[in-house]
Amino acid sequence: MTAATPQHTGPGPGPEVRKAPPGPPAPDPARRARSATTRRALFRALPVSPAVILLLLFLAGPIAYCVVIAFTDLQLTGQAEESFVGFENFRRAFQDEAFLNAVWLTLVFTVLSSLIGQNTLGLALASLMQRASKPVRTLTGGIVVTAWVLPEVVAGFLLYAFFRREGTLNAILDWLRLPSQNWLFTLPILAVSFANVWRGTAFSMLVYSAALNEIPKEVTEAAEVDGASGWRRMWHITLPMIRRSIGTNLMLNTLQTLSVFGLIWVMTRGGPSGKSQTLPLFMYEQAFQNSLIGYGTAVALLLLLIGSLFSVVYLRLLRTEV
Amino acid sequence: MRPTVRFTALFTLTALASTTLAACGSGSGGDPDTVKVSFKQSTDNSIKVMDTYLADIKKQFEKANPGKKVELVPIKAPDSEYYTKLQQMLRSPKTAPDLVYEDTFLINSDITSGYLKPLDEYLAKWKDWDQFIDTAKAAAKGEDGKTYGVPDGTDTRGLWFSKDVFAEAGLPADWQPRTWDDVLAAARAIKEKVPGVVPLNVYTGKPAGEAATMQGFEMLLYGTNDGTTDPLYDKGSKKWIAAGQGFEDSLAFVETVYKEKLGPEVSDALDPNFGTKVRGELLPQGKLGIALDGSWLPQDWLEGSGHEWPEWSRELGLAAMPTQNGQAPGKVSMSGGWTWSIPAKAGNPDLAFEFIKTMQTRANAQKWYIANSGIAVREDVADDPAYVDAQPGIEFFTELVESTHYRPAYPAYPKVSVAIQEAMEGVTTGDMSVGEAARGYDEALKEATDNQVVRK
Repeated sequence: MTAATPQHTGPGPGPEVRKAPPGPPAPDPARRARSATTRRALFRALPVSPAVILLLLFLAGPIAYCVVIAFTDLQLTGQAEESFVGFENFRRAFQDEAFLNAVWLTLVFTVLSSLIGQNTLGLALASLMQRASKPVRTLTGGIVVTAWVLPEVVAGFLLYAFFRREGTLNAILDWLRLPSQNWLFTLPILAVSFANVWRGTAFSMLVYSAALNEIPKEVTEAAEVDGASGWRRMWHITLPMIRRSIGTNLMLNTLQTLSVFGLIWVMTRGGPSGKSQTLPLFMYEQAFQNSLIGYGTAVALLLLLIGSLFSVVYLRLLRTEV
Repeated sequence: MRPTVRFTALFTLTALASTTLAACGSGSGGDPDTVKVSFKQSTDNSIKVMDTYLADIKKQFEKANPGKKVELVPIKAPDSEYYTKLQQMLRSPKTAPDLVYEDTFLINSDITSGYLKPLDEYLAKWKDWDQFIDTAKAAAKGEDGKTYGVPDGTDTRGLWFSKDVFAEAGLPADWQPRTWDDVLAAARAIKEKVPGVVPLNVYTGKPAGEAATMQGFEMLLYGTNDGTTDPLYDKGSKKWIAAGQGFEDSLAFVETVYKEKLGPEVSDALDPNFGTKVRGELLPQGKLGIALDGSWLPQDWLEGSGHEWPEWSRELGLAAMPTQNGQAPGKVSMSGGWTWSIPAKAGNPDLAFEFIKTMQTRANAQKWYIANSGIAVREDVADDPAYVDAQPGIEFFTELVESTHYRPAYPAYPKVSVAIQEAMEGVTTGDMSVGEAARGYDEALKEATDNQVVRK
């Protein structure tokens, strides 16, 4: 099909085509064709319309409702009538030290547990498993995936039992005659980050295992013949070839980590003194414990915003590299 | 024919979706013969006090009202999550039960939200209501003067102490401190002479919730003045009072307890399930010297309660919490309690009130006060020697009623309470000095009360 230039007034074939059949001015076959196409498109869309309606109703609906609530001072209790307050909730958030603290902790938690932890460890595990023997591979894979399959609350409770003062970790440290730790209290953000790494690495490992299997053997072998060391092969061959998987994995990991709630709630409830209170926990506290539904919803929207910022960055990175 | 098929499919889908959705609602709207009763179930699996009691009432009610049914809807959650869940249920007629168990500290807040139904019409026709003592009647009264709940008892607070630990520390078995310093001195003696025992527990921080505010902080704060005015709320100007000397002194007490390690490990104290541990483990095992706690503790130790400990009355001593410097009236107590209320969106309010009447017959009320280790709010029961002698401790805690205080449970109170817990948590962990925590409270108080703050 020829490319239509902007000068063309009507849609349809170019002038040289129109010259071919000389005759009476047709009743614009192009328009008829187009309306037929539209009709066909509508007709084809019909089967998916129930799904679309359900999506709009149950996905877009609540989100829209959320946006509306974020601009009100709706409270769960202690209020006769709510009213619109404009951007008050957002203004309040940016002046709220606890909110800024939660944003900071969310970033720390995401970078530590998702970017550095899950992602890197997942890649390392996947590449090591490539070279491992089958029983080792099966065993390691099984164990790592088990941590991932465990329900969030169970995982949270296990790690709470591991880290707490009378917990497993201290028993081991004691036995090794090392000083004991009390991270749930002194460095809770590190403890929950570790928990998230423990729980979420399997996902990255699975993604990277699949990606590494896709690398053609010839390429690696050629590099090997050229005398490239392991590290150089990793940097120049493997990483560029699984770039897309890295991007996808980073995005999924980050978005999931940003919204982790149950794990932290079970382990620390965001405490002590908010030292592990990431945004989802802050939001829960404001909305449901302080009964400020409007404010909590505004925070939820800001969390959505942070998530989309991360996504934009990753998409950008992916595009420039390709 | 294809469009017809498609239409049928679409129709079926929509119908399916709507029936599934309809099934989601488990509200009271449906059956006019069923009364749904929501209550808070203990997070300790072996505690079934309320479950047992309600099952008994349900049986009585169904027998007396043939054709009517009672459906119990327990909510198993710590206090703060119970309130949240309940408020969410009360917002819609689809989920609102017919009868709910409301904490008096929240009731004004829920009344303002329009969640509850005024009961005056029912109460006027119910002659047993005259038996309720006035302070209890006032507990569930809204700012509009109407009554929104029937109290099922009240409570008081004091010091519980382990006689064994005291003997080892060389302290008397009939201990009665006169000042805060006496309490701290006893705790220091225990710390020095009885290793492995937590000398003194004062609930603190946000994880403990209202227990920290009421059993902990307010038991101190209300003992810093002469006991005639409310140190949190100024009734004259209808404003909340900013942190003053008494407030800072109370914070300093909490700070001392945790800084000198007279209390539990900070990480334990800030564990949301610590209250369960105090009642279920520390006190029965003699691992806690002094507990600043509520009158209801023995409900966990009664026969059939899971942590049976009938010896508690011999092993534990009771003392009133003293005022700061021993000034009159010499002792402090706080009182709260729970009420049975009918949601504004309940489907069967009349039947629900009938259920309240069954629960609050003289015999059933007495049974409940004893089972729950509650303080009677019905005069006929309070005067009955069978009730007074039913359990050791009842007499002690009932006597505290005369020197007790009620929280200023206005709609802003729950948020003020959280602000207090934050200040406590700050000095408990050592992240804040007393002054910083007090200033933080002033800020939070302005926010919580819409700037209705006065300095005294």
